[in-house]
Amino acid sequence: MPQQQSHLRLEPLLWTLFSAGGVVAAFFLPVHIFLFGIAFPLGWLKPPAYSSLVALVSHPLVRIYLFVLCSVPLFHWAHRFRYTIYDGLQIKHLNEVINFCCYGCAVIGTLVAGYLLWNIH
Amino acid sequence: MAETIKLEVARYSPERDAAPRLETFEVPYRKDWVVLDALNYIKDKADGSLTYRWSCRMGICGSCGMMVNGEPKLTCATFLADYAPAPVRVEPLRNFPVIRDLVIAMTDFMQKLQRMKPWLIRKEEKPVSEGEYLQTPEQLDLYKQYSMCINCMLCYAACPVYGLDPFFSGPAAIALAQRYNLDSRDQGAKERFTTLSQHEGIWGCTFVGECTEVCPKHVDPAGAIQQYKLTAATQWFKSMLLPWGGK
Amino acid sequence: MKSHVPAHSYTPYHPKWYRKRVSTYWWLESWAFTKFILRELTSLGVAYVVALTILQIHMLSHGPEAYAGFEDLMKNPFIIALNVISFLLVVYHTITWFNLAPRAMTVRVAGKRVPGFLISGPNFVAWLVVSAIVAWFLLRG
Repeated sequence: MPQQQSHLRLEPLLWTLFSAGGVVAAFFLPVHIFLFGIAFPLGWLKPPAYSSLVALVSHPLVRIYLFVLCSVPLFHWAHRFRYTIYDGLQIKHLNEVINFCCYGCAVIGTLVAGYLLWNIH
Repeated sequence: MAETIKLEVARYSPERDAAPRLETFEVPYRKDWVVLDALNYIKDKADGSLTYRWSCRMGICGSCGMMVNGEPKLTCATFLADYAPAPVRVEPLRNFPVIRDLVIAMTDFMQKLQRMKPWLIRKEEKPVSEGEYLQTPEQLDLYKQYSMCINCMLCYAACPVYGLDPFFSGPAAIALAQRYNLDSRDQGAKERFTTLSQHEGIWGCTFVGECTEVCPKHVDPAGAIQQYKLTAATQWFKSMLLPWGGK
Repeated sequence: MKSHVPAHSYTPYHPKWYRKRVSTYWWLESWAFTKFILRELTSLGVAYVVALTILQIHMLSHGPEAYAGFEDLMKNPFIIALNVISFLLVVYHTITWFNLAPRAMTVRVAGKRVPGFLISGPNFVAWLVVSAIVAWFLLRG
């Protein structure tokens, strides 16, 4: 089963990415979605001005933080969603398509985030 | 006072039936009776053809695992009093082929267990003249929990991944592999790593955790599997980053 | 040696052994399984928040008008509903993740195993501290 063997060799790496993504997501995503998605739009808290955000993002450490925030959790989603689809819909025989779509999206998201953060003026 | 309780027992005879069906028996209700006592009563007094496995009747042999009201249980440790007065449904262990009535085929489990090499692997056996292997209580503590497994297969019945994925090794097999990997006397971790990590042995596990919930011996196979994933991942990184690392 | 065909999915010599097919709705059969699938579906919340953050960065880099457009989008009631659902999913992820962490990693101090709540507890505290720090950066100006 050559197909099975090739992605099995990567499985420890994918699981590590899943775990790391889970940690990053657990610590940082709740506050981000709460502030930008609920508290600021509903006026519960005063949102930061455009200029302050630009000032924040121009700092290299903030860019690294945002890059990690927008890349590793995507691999967490990809790995978890892949297995949820396998077990939930019982379509493991389509595993090559599913793997390609899931990890592919994660890779694309990472590249987009990296490109955007590199090019912010 | 003639109190009784209804037992709905799965019957399946391969010569006669296409699929299992439930047969209802009325059994005396005693506060101290377990489901196994009820099954023995049925076989004694009502229908001698009822077929099921049991042995020690005290929760150590692992023979009497069955589904009681949809949950995997040892029938020798499941009291009728916890279900009375409602009928108690007894079915064969889930995720295994049914041979007859409440008896399942455990060949798959036995094969997967064997592939784990559940024995002490030594590069060189210590000759008897050199004495015993010594082990401190702390070293024992590292693997003792996983050595409690009685191979009852309740964890396999509880694991949805095992039911869905024919290649998944299953909770007990992996926990027993860990029992030997963590034993200070054992030198076979590398050998087991090949089996576990490269034949989809462990990676199908999604940490549902039901295996640990149903384990009658508190082995915590879910914990063992997650810890092994970490070990396997570390091994993998080491082998990728330090390819010249010694065997 | 033997070909890698598991015995329980193929029984050529025992066609009369009964094999029950696992239902597509197996995850509805017990509350434990349903809770598990819910926990796994939190990954969709994670993906949504990341996608939103990437969009936010994109809009930020295209000037104040573009970012104002993003803020208006966030005020859309349908988006707010999605945000609330995602927030709940992401928080459920955090809670379940920290509760599972001690089982995946055994920490031993002086030969004795550290109890689970001593590992998940500090994680929850760290989560609150980290969230407060991020909030401070965003709320101060």
